[in-house]
Amino acid sequence: MRAFAALFQRDLLVALRRPTDAANPLVFFVLAVLLLGVGAASAEKGLGGSAAGAVWVLALFANLLAVEGVFRRDVEDGTLEQLLIHARPRFAAVLGKLAANWSCAGLPVLVLSPLAVYVLGHSTAGAGMVMLTLLLGTPTLTLLGAIGAALTAGTGRGGLLLAVLVMPFYLPVLIFGAGASTAAGAGGDAAFELLVLGALLTGSITAAPFAVGKALAISQEY
Amino acid sequence: MSRPLLNARGLTCVVAGQRLFATLDLAVHPGDLVEVRGPNGCGKSTLLRCLAGLYHPEAGRVERGAPFTYLGHRAGLSADMTPLENLRWFAGIDAARVEPATLDEAMDRVGLGAARFDRCGMLSAGQQRRAALARLLAGHASVWILDEPLTALDDAGCALTRGFIDEHRARGGAAVCATHRSLALPRSAHASGRDARLPQTRVVALGS
Amino acid sequence: MGLVDWAKGAFHKTGSPRWFFLGSRRWMVGLYAAGIALIVVGSTIGLGFVPPERFQGDSFRILFVHVPAVHLAQAIYVAVAVAGLVYLVWRMKMADMVIEAAAPVGMAVTAAGLATGVVWGMPTWGTGWVWDARIISTLVLLLLFFGLLALRQAIPRPDRAAMAVSLLAVVGVVNLPIIKYSVEWFTTLHQPASLTLGERPTIAPVFLVPLALNALGYYCLAAGIVIAALRMKIIERESGTSWVADWLAGHEDRVGG
Repeated sequence: MRAFAALFQRDLLVALRRPTDAANPLVFFVLAVLLLGVGAASAEKGLGGSAAGAVWVLALFANLLAVEGVFRRDVEDGTLEQLLIHARPRFAAVLGKLAANWSCAGLPVLVLSPLAVYVLGHSTAGAGMVMLTLLLGTPTLTLLGAIGAALTAGTGRGGLLLAVLVMPFYLPVLIFGAGASTAAGAGGDAAFELLVLGALLTGSITAAPFAVGKALAISQEY
Repeated sequence: MSRPLLNARGLTCVVAGQRLFATLDLAVHPGDLVEVRGPNGCGKSTLLRCLAGLYHPEAGRVERGAPFTYLGHRAGLSADMTPLENLRWFAGIDAARVEPATLDEAMDRVGLGAARFDRCGMLSAGQQRRAALARLLAGHASVWILDEPLTALDDAGCALTRGFIDEHRARGGAAVCATHRSLALPRSAHASGRDARLPQTRVVALGS
Repeated sequence: MGLVDWAKGAFHKTGSPRWFFLGSRRWMVGLYAAGIALIVVGSTIGLGFVPPERFQGDSFRILFVHVPAVHLAQAIYVAVAVAGLVYLVWRMKMADMVIEAAAPVGMAVTAAGLATGVVWGMPTWGTGWVWDARIISTLVLLLLFFGLLALRQAIPRPDRAAMAVSLLAVVGVVNLPIIKYSVEWFTTLHQPASLTLGERPTIAPVFLVPLALNALGYYCLAAGIVIAALRMKIIERESGTSWVADWLAGHEDRVGG
């Protein structure tokens, strides 16, 4: 697993060298919470029981924003060619990159999410479950989003195209993540949703890196 | 006769409906230098990418019997890291072939000793090429696949590159290069190849 | 052994654009004719001869369009994904052309299914839109089709675009049941019961006849349209080859007429 460690360290180092770039998804998350609070929440009750679901949607968009650029600089500077040729096993290198990407975007959002639930819902009900479901769910989003990012790598068109490509795949994660959070906020049981989220994560860790590797190889065929 | 380090058989490439080359055979033995030449757009880069496994040819196959490395138009260096850091993480994925201890020495040999702690984004194009050359030197790949290795280099850099290729061949390595200028040194000293077959400098002309 | 050889031969022949183009005209015409005939007969029975439904009156008749459209949309996506797999494994150009020909048809059919669903829902449910499992699934399917078209357009090199689109189609079909399952779970557990559609009531045989005729007709017509689109793609992509020149020479008298 040297390839995993090498890529994980490398991408974290690059993120540290460009701290504002790395912080963009988190800042977007905070900004979106602010806008939602101003635009949709009532002064007394906030968003009420919908707060947890809303936080989940915002976390999903922040994740999409982060994963969009995960391969862009590697394509531009030729690092990707070298990775495709030399990194063995390829899926470990892909996982290393995605783990670093998630650590810079998914993790800080996860840490801030209880605060977001509180300011939007005026209650911490379900905040713990939001954290837990984000912990299980956002890595899946990163893995699935990376397939889209790899497919669009080198086209110079990320952004909206990526959103269109991966949103259908994000839907199940959102349904179970937000569903569990809302259920827990209302005092219900969410064990089943957590199991499904765990299953989705396991499935995507197993399969997504191969699809990403294949898509990256396609992107370099010219 | 020994097994070739790199053996391409029957390569056929069609890009955007245009046939670049067809049923091309290329066997690369220790000590060989293969210069791929031809006008712009004739498929030099595509041939090298086929050899490196980045491009799937429409027909034919490439047998890679020895470790190889590829240097394309883009140096493969992250602008946010220093040359040394770039080489170091690369050594991490390529442990069998790159020794971390040789990285400093390689930096000195390509003339980047002083710049090794500057971020690559601040280096000139020529300096970036030199940093990429350092990766070749530090690695233990037998076959170098180089796409226009002299691009952006000054006269001293070109001389260095030719010297490195010469040295690499003397050690039993081989190079396949797309180039417009000859990469062989005037008096090549490879007549004493280890095989009965003499190492040679060959030109593959495309687009004729 | 004879069967294996026959299958191999059929595989290679179908993979040859020339063979397909020269042999498919009959199929195209036949499927068009069968499709139109079936739809005309089915719709005539459905609109003119079937009695009004007990609760929905005449508005249910749009189901003779809606139900076949939604089923056809899913079938087309699966077909596209199978073609994608064939392209990824064998790099068969015909498979890519099938995707390119079928994806817009699939998208149009999905949109038609969605639109007729909304029209039907307004009098039946009192609202055109509820977050029902089938509606969400169909909307997602529309997005999946759109993604295939958008991705192809975003990648300038045709062969690279073909690979990427094939990969997306295959990944999409793996996810289709997961999406369907999760959406169904979502609507059964988290929606007020009054808004869910629930199980469709059992269909009386008198309604089944026009429905079946229309469904079959839609499948035939869609297959005919896809084959027609495929033939145009073949001519476009193979325009430099000698057989196309030969074929055009033989049909000059018929061009434009």
